[in-house]
Amino acid sequence: MTRLASDHTASPLIFEMGQEGRANRYVDPGAPLTDFLPREVLREDLPLPDNSELDVVRHFTRLSQRTFGIDVGFYPLGSCTMKYNPRVNDAMANLHGLRDLHPYTPDELSQGALQIMYELERTFCNLFGMAAFSLNPSAGAHAELAALLIAKAYFNDRGEGHRDKVIVPDTAHGTNPASAAMCGFKVISLKSDDRGRVSVDELKKVLGSDTAVCMMTNPNTLGLFEDHIHEITKAVHDVGGLMYYDGANANALMGNARPGDMGFDLMHLNTHKTFTIPHGGGGAGHGPVGVAAHLVDFLPTPYVSSRTKPNSNQAHSPSDRLEFFLDFNRPKSIGPMRLFWSNFAHAVRALAYIYANGAEGLTKVSQLAVLNANYIRVKVREFLDTPYDEICRHEFVASAQELKKNTGVRALDLAKALLDRGFMAPTMYFPLIVPECLMIEPTETESKETLDSFIDALREIVESAKSDPDSILSAPQHTVVGRLDETRAARQPDLRWYPVNE
Amino acid sequence: MYTPHTEKDVKEMLAAIGVPSLERLVEVPEPVRLRERLDIVPALSEAGIVSRFEHFAKKNTGASYVSFLGAGAYRHYVPPAIGALAMRGEFLTAYTPYQAEVSQGYLQAIYEWQTYICLLTGLDIANASVYDGATALAEAAIMALNANGRKRVLVSHAIHPMYRSVLKTYCDGLDISIEELPITDEGVTDFNELRERLQSKQYACLAVQSPNFFGNIDTPDDTAARVCRETGTVLIGVVAEALSLAALTPPAQWGAEIVAGEAQSFGVPVAYGGPYVGFIAANKDHLRRIPGRLVGKTVDVHGNEAFVLTLQAREQHIRRERATSNICTNQAHCALIATMYLELLGKTGLHDVASANLERSRQLATRVSSLKGCSLEFAAPFFNEIVVNVHRPASPVLAQLQQRGVLGGVDLGRYYPEYSDCILMAATELTTSRDIEVLCSALEDALRVTSVEKAENDTVSV
Amino acid sequence: MAQPADVRYSKEHEWVKVDGDTATIGITDYAQNSLGDIVYVELPKVGSQVEKSASVGVVESVKAVSDLFTPVGGQVIEVNAELDGDPALVNREPFGSGWMFKLKLNGTDQTDGLLSADEYAELTQE
Repeated sequence: MTRLASDHTASPLIFEMGQEGRANRYVDPGAPLTDFLPREVLREDLPLPDNSELDVVRHFTRLSQRTFGIDVGFYPLGSCTMKYNPRVNDAMANLHGLRDLHPYTPDELSQGALQIMYELERTFCNLFGMAAFSLNPSAGAHAELAALLIAKAYFNDRGEGHRDKVIVPDTAHGTNPASAAMCGFKVISLKSDDRGRVSVDELKKVLGSDTAVCMMTNPNTLGLFEDHIHEITKAVHDVGGLMYYDGANANALMGNARPGDMGFDLMHLNTHKTFTIPHGGGGAGHGPVGVAAHLVDFLPTPYVSSRTKPNSNQAHSPSDRLEFFLDFNRPKSIGPMRLFWSNFAHAVRALAYIYANGAEGLTKVSQLAVLNANYIRVKVREFLDTPYDEICRHEFVASAQELKKNTGVRALDLAKALLDRGFMAPTMYFPLIVPECLMIEPTETESKETLDSFIDALREIVESAKSDPDSILSAPQHTVVGRLDETRAARQPDLRWYPVNE
Repeated sequence: MYTPHTEKDVKEMLAAIGVPSLERLVEVPEPVRLRERLDIVPALSEAGIVSRFEHFAKKNTGASYVSFLGAGAYRHYVPPAIGALAMRGEFLTAYTPYQAEVSQGYLQAIYEWQTYICLLTGLDIANASVYDGATALAEAAIMALNANGRKRVLVSHAIHPMYRSVLKTYCDGLDISIEELPITDEGVTDFNELRERLQSKQYACLAVQSPNFFGNIDTPDDTAARVCRETGTVLIGVVAEALSLAALTPPAQWGAEIVAGEAQSFGVPVAYGGPYVGFIAANKDHLRRIPGRLVGKTVDVHGNEAFVLTLQAREQHIRRERATSNICTNQAHCALIATMYLELLGKTGLHDVASANLERSRQLATRVSSLKGCSLEFAAPFFNEIVVNVHRPASPVLAQLQQRGVLGGVDLGRYYPEYSDCILMAATELTTSRDIEVLCSALEDALRVTSVEKAENDTVSV
Repeated sequence: MAQPADVRYSKEHEWVKVDGDTATIGITDYAQNSLGDIVYVELPKVGSQVEKSASVGVVESVKAVSDLFTPVGGQVIEVNAELDGDPALVNREPFGSGWMFKLKLNGTDQTDGLLSADEYAELTQE
């Protein structure tokens, strides 16, 4: 086996390291287990490795060196909003009074935590034009599921349980149809028009008395604003359906336009995108679900409510006059989506970010995100096709189809060559309607210099693809491993280590 | 503000794009324009943010009380090495490791996590994590529904009430009905009528939690497990206190085909409820039905061993409406923390923590049950939680304890009206003898006060 | 692409070979080629009744998944157990050892509406 020269960071599996008895002593042990429990309920063996703390620290340090994050380099991953995650947010989540507060602590001893959730919820309502938000769901897809359960409960409550069609544009995120299926809805896919938007005429053809929800993201995944949104929401409302806003792309309009004003009845936010919660390698996320006034009763439980304190007076500030509580008494609620109340540590991070920006700052954030995306777009179209050639929002798509025809180099190859040059790859092959698609979202936290260096790298890669395609087809060459044999991984799944004697 | 743009940058970039202003760039059609002024807090400096949150933190006085709260969220010792490692920016700010060539470290960590979950539960496969233990149970039930195509779900009444509520939320979406097995006087699941119920072969699964919500070890006996097998009912084991896996019989050994659990105990702070980290383990037959991400080992073009996300065709971004679940996010960073915890503690350390939990909780049980007016509700073997009967409504007793700086536990009446005289108390390795003495002395006072109140109330009612 | 002439084709890219009252079904070379490396095939249960055009299983490749439709109806009498251990058979010999399942046909003339080799070749050239 040949190891690459750069692979000095490899660390064996932890199970192939260590010796029994080598671990540091972290807590004082109790008496033998058999003093407390009958042998028949105890496990015979605990087949785990013992390692010294230093070995474990080195192990994870090496693993981190083999991992790319925003802190390592530019992360233009479309639809993922990989912006800088301010460290103060983590420090706040780590304050003793927030980190060590047990979820079953009585409300009167958790007022700080409840106020954080209350303020965050009120801010979201204001920013996005909704009547109420629940911070209960754990991620965007989870919130989407919550929203569709709310829609289902709402229709059942109105005696319109027959509504079973969910309309999803073909540019939608894959979660949309998957969430709909989890609520027993049938999915109707809607073809985009040649401007990359939902066609109002096509939409009207599928609308009817069986329409439950139309799910849209705006701007859509092509980075284009759905400029007929007003007519779309009206058409859906006219047949008694609900409009759902997929907030995955909320970074594009925060502070400048509001889903509520567009006529959306339900929405979710990916707080881990727009509000700088670290992605952490794929979670934990945070997915508030927001609703218009007619749907508030159906929100998941508990809902953070407030009431005036019995002994308060005008001398107190408005927030000091209030006391906050977890409201479980909501008979029409769809129920809880998860264990306990919220991914609270993330609510802390999101609110810290809102404080850092204020209304003006948040408005500026989305403007600069759009500025950065358009700046890359006008440069990239000099050497790659941009099939929807107009002002985009926070992201845009380019296509390598022509390049592939002429050189055999695909979007995937360009992406792998970017890895070699110290950049994360853009999102590829999504949305599905653009062939050889590269979806680029720079976010607002990147400087012009970073954008220029990315543009230069991509330009150089495209030029190399034309002059020396093999150099790109064989990328990446400077990463710790080369391209993976994914077929082998899927045909002979090896999903864990086994002890030698098994 | 975390935007690096100077005025000059903005001007140059706008010129390159050919648009006169930032406002023009984000313009939307007239009917949907923003009309209301945003009413959001003014921006604060970083020092201002810190002072604001310190104020919030201080208002959470409950974080510093002597606490016997458990019930699905446990306070355990966390080695500082975890904080130092987990906060490394490479881990913290990575996306899902789709680009395997630059994500080998994270992928390997998840592969190690999957292995730990398999070794602890005794099952063949485990996923890269799900949101939490409650959603893990819901996803496990959906796996069972997909496995045998049945439409009913059977669960023990002794499963954490929030787990059951979340299961109901999910099942309502799918129009699946949930039924429950009752609890015996011993505080464990009553399996007596299991054979009759399962005979019709209508239940997709039976879910049982051990240790159950009351802290009692609650595993189906061989007969119950055999009935499940014979009737094609998937036996789901639920684990809400993952530390118990370090001491107790692995669920696979008592017949669980799928285990759904919560691993918050492995180094993840209680943080007022989240984020935590759910896990799902299963036997091989369920490979294609397990939701969420899976990391596999393979080779790269040079023949090097390497890790990659695999079996992605099960997932929502490819299957869309045919997907087994809509989950995309897992709890990667919490799973990473849990993996660090397991690797630091090791076999010896985990065993030590488990034995300390057993010892402290027995110390608690002995002391509290020696108080006049208190008794243990159940006699079954338990892990680190006990149910204390105070022989009067528990709620005012807990309020009295609170006034004395003690969080005595969870009022069981909140979820089980039949046990409204009972408190669920947890003790971990962090519970000191002094904590227990503080509780007992406060409890004696509380019982005295509430008995007086009780007597007065009795007089009134007569 | 060579299409065997002794089988009939569906627009969903399955082929069916009828022999008396028994039909053998698989996916075409074109289908396996567009899916890429096939990693898993989920087949109907032996003994189950399937209706013409119903979705009876799933074909999964590394990055795609596709429903398996049956071009004819009947009772499933056999499935290709080899595919469980070696799904790549579908890529290597889609019309041969990569066959998927066999049916005992419900009545005759079920191949009405299915395509000939030439018609199918035309379809896939578009």
